[in-house]
Amino acid sequence: MSAILPPTYDRTGRHGLTPEVTHDDAARFNFLTNLNVYLGQRVFPGIKQAFEKRVKPKHLARTGVDFTSHRDIRDEMRADPYYQAWAALRVNTMEMRQQAGRHVVLRQYDAMTEKIRAANAGKNTLQLDDKVTVPEYLSQVDNHWMPGSYYGEIVPGDAGAVASYEVGLFVTTAGSMSAFGDGAGRAIVKFVKERFPNFQPKRILDLGGAFGINSLPLAAAFPDAELVVMDVGAPALRYGHARAQSMGYTNVQFVQANGEHTNFPAESFDWIQTTMTLHETSANAVVNILKECQRLLKPGGLMLHLEQPNFAPETPLWERFTRDWDAWYNNEPFWAKFHTMNVFDLMADAGFARDTHFDGRAKADIEAGRYQPWAGTLSRHSPEQKAAMSQQESARKGEGWYLFGATKST
Amino acid sequence: MTNIDVNALANAKAKGERPYFFDDPAVERVLSITMAVAAEVAVLRERMDTIERLMESGTAVTKASIDAYKPDDNAARERQEWHAAYVARILRIIHQELQALEDESLNVSSKKLADAQADQ
Repeated sequence: MSAILPPTYDRTGRHGLTPEVTHDDAARFNFLTNLNVYLGQRVFPGIKQAFEKRVKPKHLARTGVDFTSHRDIRDEMRADPYYQAWAALRVNTMEMRQQAGRHVVLRQYDAMTEKIRAANAGKNTLQLDDKVTVPEYLSQVDNHWMPGSYYGEIVPGDAGAVASYEVGLFVTTAGSMSAFGDGAGRAIVKFVKERFPNFQPKRILDLGGAFGINSLPLAAAFPDAELVVMDVGAPALRYGHARAQSMGYTNVQFVQANGEHTNFPAESFDWIQTTMTLHETSANAVVNILKECQRLLKPGGLMLHLEQPNFAPETPLWERFTRDWDAWYNNEPFWAKFHTMNVFDLMADAGFARDTHFDGRAKADIEAGRYQPWAGTLSRHSPEQKAAMSQQESARKGEGWYLFGATKST
Repeated sequence: MTNIDVNALANAKAKGERPYFFDDPAVERVLSITMAVAAEVAVLRERMDTIERLMESGTAVTKASIDAYKPDDNAARERQEWHAAYVARILRIIHQELQALEDESLNVSSKKLADAQADQ
């Protein structure tokens, strides 16, 4: 198998808020990207071998029965030296990405904060609300080892950690998410245009949209619509608003609110979107958010969620183990519970009639040829290569993103 | 200027108990430090590569020209191929451990063979 090479960091897109990235910063990101690719393609597949050849036989010898829980697989894998090396490298690589991204942003902290302040000053398209509090499900641990998460501030009024999140995103996604990291947003647009070709939304809400990285493709695809990016975190909204302004978007608002109970009037949106948001909430919050979607949607409106598919009864224990890994070790704790929830029952309980439910897949639409000169190499995965990639990578590069949703009955 | 300690803040600990996977946390610490140093070696190597390419093209080598350098498709591919080979070299032992796991015939002990032959 020939090596699958990611694009180099210099191919990423730049906007008015992009910090200065030196030659050596880019080289560091190139190293970390290639390390991530190697860990995903070459090291990760071996943990299944370690399980089959060592962990499972030991378990069978001791207990006489096969595994009945993927949490038992997790706990017994902890003793395997090969698995230890992969897991330790994976956590460490994420920490290195966060550190490198933070250093880029923090050393030009004043200039960036001033740029954000200038871009946002006097704009009514940024609506912050200091009465909005960060829910416990976001504040107990920092998602994916990002110090400060999406809502933390270093100095009051700043953009917090999200700028460094954007700088380092390339490392974790190996450039598979398009020049501006918005591959999921592009996939959503493609899905909606194909599935609902006559849909012409006037108001769109991206609930939990953080700094709008995957929201802006919606605003670009429907230029006559008004897009509201809503999040609990003021720093993400400050940064996102200034970023969108610098990219020339005039039809996007950034509003601070909690998606479980917003102040928007009932029936005020044609389309409500969440993108990789629900799995970072809680079991109660998901119920509340779906009820809020039901309240906020106009009759006939579209609710759409982009997530990893949840477990089916027949989902093998090994797959459950690998897919819950980020819940246990990448600080996304609700994901394990969310994997076991039935999204169709949740939507029905929130008032969405079952005959309006749907799901499907959408592939990220990246600019082959411009952004990835070797895009052809990247897209031609053999079945063995696909199997070797982590679940998330295969969702992004293989069969595409999973989407589910419903429409509000008229 | 806001008075912030960039190096300390860049190194800030994320909220959440950090998982240590090796039996001895000191092994994890050494791995983490080693990988950070490995990253800096890669940075140096990429910088050398940039300097070589600037010189080959007759461009003056300055801090500014190094920071402004953008590899063309061919240079980008060559640089990524170097990174891939470099990471493979660093993680060689893990690759070999996986091979040993997959193929028992790779694990015959020379010491045991030597002892057995010497004792005959």
